[in-house]
Amino acid sequence: MKKHVKKIEYTVRGALGLCALVTLITTVGIIAVLSSETIPFFKEVPITDFLFGTRWAPLLEPKSFGVLPLVIGTGMIMVGSAFIALPVGITTAVYLSEFSSQRMRSIIKPVLEVLAGIPTIVYGYFALTFITPLLKTILPQTEIFNATSGAIVVGIMVLPMVASLCDDAFQSVPKALKEGGYALGATSYEVIGQVIVPYSASRILAAFILALSRAIGETMAVTLAAGANARFAFDPLQSVQTMTAYIVQVSLGDTPQGGIEYQTCFAVGSLLFLITLAMNVAGQSILFKYRRGK
Amino acid sequence: MEGFSGRKRKEKIFKIACFGLTFLSVIILIVLLYHIGQAGSKYLSFKFLDSWPSRFPHKAGIKAGIWGTLWLISLTALISVPIGIFSALFLEEYKIPGKLGKFVEINVANLAGVPSIVYGLLGLTIFVRFLGLDRSLLSGALTLSLLILPVIIVSSREAIKSVPDAIRFGAYALGASRYQVVFWHVLPIALPGILTGVILALSRAIGETAPLIIVGALTYISYTPESIMDEFTVLPLQIYNWASRPQEEFHYLAAGGIIVLLGVMLSMNFIAVVIRQKASKKVKI
Repeated sequence: MKKHVKKIEYTVRGALGLCALVTLITTVGIIAVLSSETIPFFKEVPITDFLFGTRWAPLLEPKSFGVLPLVIGTGMIMVGSAFIALPVGITTAVYLSEFSSQRMRSIIKPVLEVLAGIPTIVYGYFALTFITPLLKTILPQTEIFNATSGAIVVGIMVLPMVASLCDDAFQSVPKALKEGGYALGATSYEVIGQVIVPYSASRILAAFILALSRAIGETMAVTLAAGANARFAFDPLQSVQTMTAYIVQVSLGDTPQGGIEYQTCFAVGSLLFLITLAMNVAGQSILFKYRRGK
Repeated sequence: MEGFSGRKRKEKIFKIACFGLTFLSVIILIVLLYHIGQAGSKYLSFKFLDSWPSRFPHKAGIKAGIWGTLWLISLTALISVPIGIFSALFLEEYKIPGKLGKFVEINVANLAGVPSIVYGLLGLTIFVRFLGLDRSLLSGALTLSLLILPVIIVSSREAIKSVPDAIRFGAYALGASRYQVVFWHVLPIALPGILTGVILALSRAIGETAPLIIVGALTYISYTPESIMDEFTVLPLQIYNWASRPQEEFHYLAAGGIIVLLGVMLSMNFIAVVIRQKASKKVKI
């Protein structure tokens, strides 16, 4: 009997461990797949031309592989979304953790969850058919596809994440510190500005980094709303192309496998992966350090 | 030094500003739902649900998208749910010691942050090309499974962690072996929490579009899939296809598709909330 149990025990442990291996294999897979196409690409196109070139035209003759226009497009979306997601997200968190009644919380929290759960394609549709026409009535020179409306919806999309991470951070401020502030006669505005926010500064930073990394990886909303026009310019009312939107554009066409156009997808994907990975590692390590300290 | 009334006024303004910006989310959600509801109601009918896509807006429907989504999500659930739960059980109950354990934990957290389109490139290379599964449902489901696996693992671990240790010690004290403790005692108690996370992860997968475009789901399909090796389309892809056309009529069709998509997702979220509330009443030690 005992031997029998032991046998099952080992089998179960092995099977479960095998499942846990899948995530490790996924990481290895991602790195292997990206580099298997990116390395041959850099054999044809010097890496400096790729990183610092200002013209992106891999599908047109004469071909040119400067990724900066895509990086600028992505950057504009990221900065624009930050203008919405960061201030609104952090004030929402302040309101939820310091001012709101239990009832208000039970309304706002689910609303944020729903906003976070709405698929990105829906936000793209909303940007294209609602926000862009709205922008056009205010600023008539707005193009049908433009960076601003893409940035606005991406901002809305990552707002819940900022709000919930900051809310967690504010909730964990020791009560003694807050009460101490109030006991000295501070108003809630002063307690928030001088006690709560400084105390949770590093976790707020982590929330910002993680949210912006999410904004960089956003695909369908920006593909629909911001267009497919990779240019080296900074006009937010014009159409731009993000790194993600480029990959989609190529995938929708009939690009043969193995060609240089096909490899550009992976080169751009590698860059995207490295940028978001660096940001995620930075954000997670702040949160991780904090969690262990508790 | 500012006077007391000045400080009070500042506080009042701050409070109102906080409330206003918080309430903005509610307004955005209402505007978004209203806008889509208004545009989508034009074509929403039983015929819309039961027609193939078409060049003519009044004839077009989302039958292929609905069936594709149903197949894809069922298949994704079959693959990702057991692997996700078992991984979480292993990581929580068996614990990998030392540096490797920490690495696995950080790895899962980072995988959850990898942009979905990168999973698309992974799926295209490994499943579609290398394993030769082509643009099949199976390729799509495997890709989506890898995508939501980290989400399932993280939420399942939370659920498993919240099972009180007394349950484990009690079972050990009665002579149970480890797998008996894990599968007969810990898992049943953690199950409602796990299910909530699983449903939310699957509802995220339903809305995913980008990785499926990369893997090569098609936009024009006029049959329902019959096996996991069939080519397919999904609802979000059909919506994308319509929304990216310049004609306004197709935008209304896209909105109709969105209503169906959101309907499915919101009801899944609702089920998850119900399970969470039911479960929070049970098992108190």
